[in-house]
Amino acid sequence: MENIIQINQLIKRFPIGKGEFTALKGINLTFGTGEFAGLIGPSGSGKTTLLNIIGSLDMPTEGEAIVLGKPISKLSAKESAKLRKESLGFIFQSYNLLQVHTVFENVEFPLLLLDYTTSERKKMVMDALEWVGLTDKVKSKPPQLSGGECQRVAIARAMVKKPSLVLADEPTANLDAANSHNILQTMLNLNRELKTTFIFATHDEKVIGYLKRKIFLKDGLVDHEEWIKK
Amino acid sequence: MKIAFKLAFRNLIGAGLRTWLNVIVLSFSFVVIIWMKGILVGWDHQAKNDMEQWEIGKGQFWHNQYDPYDGFTITDSHAPIPSEFKPEIEKGEMVPMLFAQGTIYPQGRMQPAMIKGIPASQTLLKIPTHKLDSVTDAIPAIIGEVMARSSHLEKGSRIVLRWRDSKGTFDATEIEIVDIFSTTVPTIDVAQVWINLETMQEKLLLPEQATLFSFANPEENRSEVGDFRLKTKKDLTAEIDAMIETKNKGQSVFYIILLLLAMLAIFDTQILSIFRRQKEIGTYVALGYTRQQVVTLFTVEGAMHAVLAAALAAVYGVPFFIWQARVGFTVPMDTSEFGMAIAPTMYPIYSMGLILSTTIIVLLTTSVVSYWPARRIAKMNPTEALRGKIQ
Repeated sequence: MENIIQINQLIKRFPIGKGEFTALKGINLTFGTGEFAGLIGPSGSGKTTLLNIIGSLDMPTEGEAIVLGKPISKLSAKESAKLRKESLGFIFQSYNLLQVHTVFENVEFPLLLLDYTTSERKKMVMDALEWVGLTDKVKSKPPQLSGGECQRVAIARAMVKKPSLVLADEPTANLDAANSHNILQTMLNLNRELKTTFIFATHDEKVIGYLKRKIFLKDGLVDHEEWIKK
Repeated sequence: MKIAFKLAFRNLIGAGLRTWLNVIVLSFSFVVIIWMKGILVGWDHQAKNDMEQWEIGKGQFWHNQYDPYDGFTITDSHAPIPSEFKPEIEKGEMVPMLFAQGTIYPQGRMQPAMIKGIPASQTLLKIPTHKLDSVTDAIPAIIGEVMARSSHLEKGSRIVLRWRDSKGTFDATEIEIVDIFSTTVPTIDVAQVWINLETMQEKLLLPEQATLFSFANPEENRSEVGDFRLKTKKDLTAEIDAMIETKNKGQSVFYIILLLLAMLAIFDTQILSIFRRQKEIGTYVALGYTRQQVVTLFTVEGAMHAVLAAALAAVYGVPFFIWQARVGFTVPMDTSEFGMAIAPTMYPIYSMGLILSTTIIVLLTTSVVSYWPARRIAKMNPTEALRGKIQ
């Protein structure tokens, strides 16, 4: 399995008042293509911070995270944006859909930033909506959808450009059990079919149950890991 | 940039009422500014046109001494009509006029007046001088409506007119008001009495003399002739230009207030948007937008208010402009004594330049007030923005 993420001695500190708080205290990890892995830990364990750095939304204070061959700490703002635009997908706890846009427009958004023609975009959006079973909601807007449907739109948006890596931060936190399983099953299917790497930040047991690799974080350090053979 | 326009349009339309309130205020500014500027242009056009038709023709020659603002110059402002002018006068393309100060005695009261002699046969100016050919046993005279009102004179009134001839002798005779004309040009109306040029020359003992000449052909290749200096149409309408300029500046304050109101609404919306739409901003960044692209998106979104406002203004403004150009704007007061050629009804004139310049000014101003708050986005931490934390 080819490594797509290499994290070496990653440290992240945040200024707090006159002092600082160390969220990550020297993380070493690697992730391979097609993994379905999760960063698990209580609040403050550093999982979201690590996810943000992998997603090039934040910079390490020390150490390095090499994502898809790109050293995050050395990327310019433009290069970071290019990495996110071309190779990464994000799924957020509160969906982060564009409220005034339709389902179609929300899913289409990442493609607008890439050089696809209108017809290509249309086909890709419809394919993505078919993966998540929302082809009948094309013209709906997020306020007209349930939480589960919103998160499925977010998954379609993250997957529409077929990224190498999808980062999901507490994707089921706002969903009931049935919707959570539905969403996770969808993501698992996409992981299998498209060989997309999924990394979750979660402490939700429902999510943990689906993971093939569980990385437990505690106080900014990797406490232990579990590999599940399915 | 194309994407920014596409997204901005979607965002604006999606924002619904908030967008439309701003757009309505801005469109109102558009319409009012264009209409008021149109009125000024129309006034300028009407005033100059009326001056040309009633007073100056295509230009004038003034006696060197003549200064309409200095009464002491009038007595000496005359000279024999130059022979160079005679062909044009005979063809009716030039009108000589002789001025003198005088006094009228309406209802026994003394009132100063400028006596102006003009050929009864002239047709160059719209003054109804043919009435001066009326046969009466007094000297026929015509006056304007303002003069008639201020002197309590009417058609058929007879009054004593007193003047001083070129030898310094005071003389007086009776005149009869044979016509009262209506004009918007106060300089041929207020305190003016028009009589036949020949009568005037005879009474002043100034045969074949004139104070000034109005001519019909444009002033090309003309220059000073004898004691008379050329006054181009531009020179003669300079006061109108100055007045319009002053009025324009005064109105600019009003435009600025109007624009400020609209801009304040847009600025406020932009500021609120940046706080309220932090998650959205974070999402844009997470999906691959650079911060600068997000700033551009928000700036375009703000500036697009002006585009929508222009479209909305066209919807209700164009019919309004057309209607106004047809029926005009009636000044709600008596303008006859303003000292300027103001018609009771002014017809606005809209030019493409006026519409384009107003649109560009509004668009630029809107872009600036949109960019200003949008700059804050560049300072946002995307991870904080994604969580919707106010920074």
